[in-house]
Amino acid sequence: MDLTLKIWRQENAKARGKFETYKVKGIPEDASFLEMLDILNESIVDRVQLPIAFDHDCREGICGMCSLYINGRPHGPDEGITVCQMHMRNFKDGSTIVIEPWRARPFPVIKDLMVDRTALDTIIQAGGYVSVRTGGVPDANSIPIKKESADLAMDAASCIGCGACVATCKNASAMLFVSAKVSQMGLLPQGKIEASRRVQKMVSKMDELGFGNCTNTYACEAECPKEIKVTNIARMNRHFLGAKLGAQKMSG
Amino acid sequence: MAKLLHYSSLTKKFIMAIAGLFLATFLIVHLVINLFILPLTGNHVEIFEIAVHFMTSNPLIKVFEIVLFGGFIIHILYGLIVQIQNWLARPVRYKKEGYSHTSFFSKYMIHTGIIILIFLVIHFINFYFVKLGLTEAPEGPMAVAGDHDFYHMAVNLFSNTWYSVLYIVIIIILGFHLNHAFQSAFQSLGLNHSKYTPFIKAVGTIYSIVIPLGFITIPVYFLIS
Ligand code: SF4
Ligand code: FES
Repeated sequence: MDLTLKIWRQENAKARGKFETYKVKGIPEDASFLEMLDILNESIVDRVQLPIAFDHDCREGICGMCSLYINGRPHGPDEGITVCQMHMRNFKDGSTIVIEPWRARPFPVIKDLMVDRTALDTIIQAGGYVSVRTGGVPDANSIPIKKESADLAMDAASCIGCGACVATCKNASAMLFVSAKVSQMGLLPQGKIEASRRVQKMVSKMDELGFGNCTNTYACEAECPKEIKVTNIARMNRHFLGAKLGAQKMSG
Repeated sequence: MAKLLHYSSLTKKFIMAIAGLFLATFLIVHLVINLFILPLTGNHVEIFEIAVHFMTSNPLIKVFEIVLFGGFIIHILYGLIVQIQNWLARPVRYKKEGYSHTSFFSKYMIHTGIIILIFLVIHFINFYFVKLGLTEAPEGPMAVAGDHDFYHMAVNLFSNTWYSVLYIVIIIILGFHLNHAFQSAFQSLGLNHSKYTPFIKAVGTIYSIVIPLGFITIPVYFLIS
């Protein structure tokens, strides 16, 4: 495959970036998108220039590091998949591909296509945990958990924290991510105890970091590589409202 | 004011949703009264005038009117605040954006909202301010007897083709706004349920079609006759 790539280049966080156009030739259809960038980078290095920086780690769709905004969609055109798992056969030979970093105020660009997603970790640090040790794996059925709750918690827990939801949202809202984390713990007995405190802390951290407000466009659900559902957002809204109205005033 | 900004993003959305649902309910009442402008029955003018008289003089409605105003102001103010914050949340825009599948009208809530707001101001100048005595009743071929003769005021306005056409366009835009708004309000309130959500979505769609259609029949009637 021969392709024209328009790629965002930015030397560092402070520099002004711009799009550079690259032509690549003879890319195999079975290459993954990142492999295609590797091939391009090799040729750039051969010319003794700086390769394009982009985030990646596992390349098997589980770590959440890869983060490219391709032709107006995070993780590219394929559904329910991260960009490291997406193959070049999704593109037509001879086409032009625009590659940009995630854009959101809380995700500053570090270099080229890499952005700093510490903000998501900061939200987790605000309350996305269970404060006490819950021990090893308990005996099956020693704590009864409804099958439905277990399934929903498991689904929510499949969020890999990639930030595609923020990247695609026209409001740069982190609601899908936060609601997945809130649900994953709030649905299970060990996490329920701190649920009302957790949801309030995480939401206020999310706001403080400058993510936008959710306006229910559901672009996040459409683009999430792990297919996290917006029903998690409704659950978070519900729990938050319950916590604000019902729980005692929070201290500390 | 500072307090309004201080509320969390979720609280803002709850308040907007409640205010919005309240306004949506009021719209039904408004439509039912308006429909009596049409010759549905022999004494439709009388019924219309009685309804208007009730709406303008009943003390309970007076209280309600304040709540309604509050609803409008809160909904509009929060709509603007939320939108400005959302723009600020993405200072650098994408070169190529918005290719994700989303609910279509959700992207244009601020635009449809602002158009509705502009119309609302015109609407107030035409009717509500007349009632308050702030503006003169509009002139027209029909004699307007007294400041509260809303029937003839409406007939005068709708006799103007341009006004009628503008009215129709605005109401269609209102329909777009309502289409996303209805189900969105329930989502913001956390009311999502595998059994009832499909029903809510269906009601929202029907509501956003039927209510505007109802309003549109009135100018259409005047355009035809
Ligand atoms: S909710 Fe989906 S899109 Fe958002 S961070 Fe988690 S996995 Fe990524
Ligand atoms: S590189 Fe780990 S999910 Fe893509």
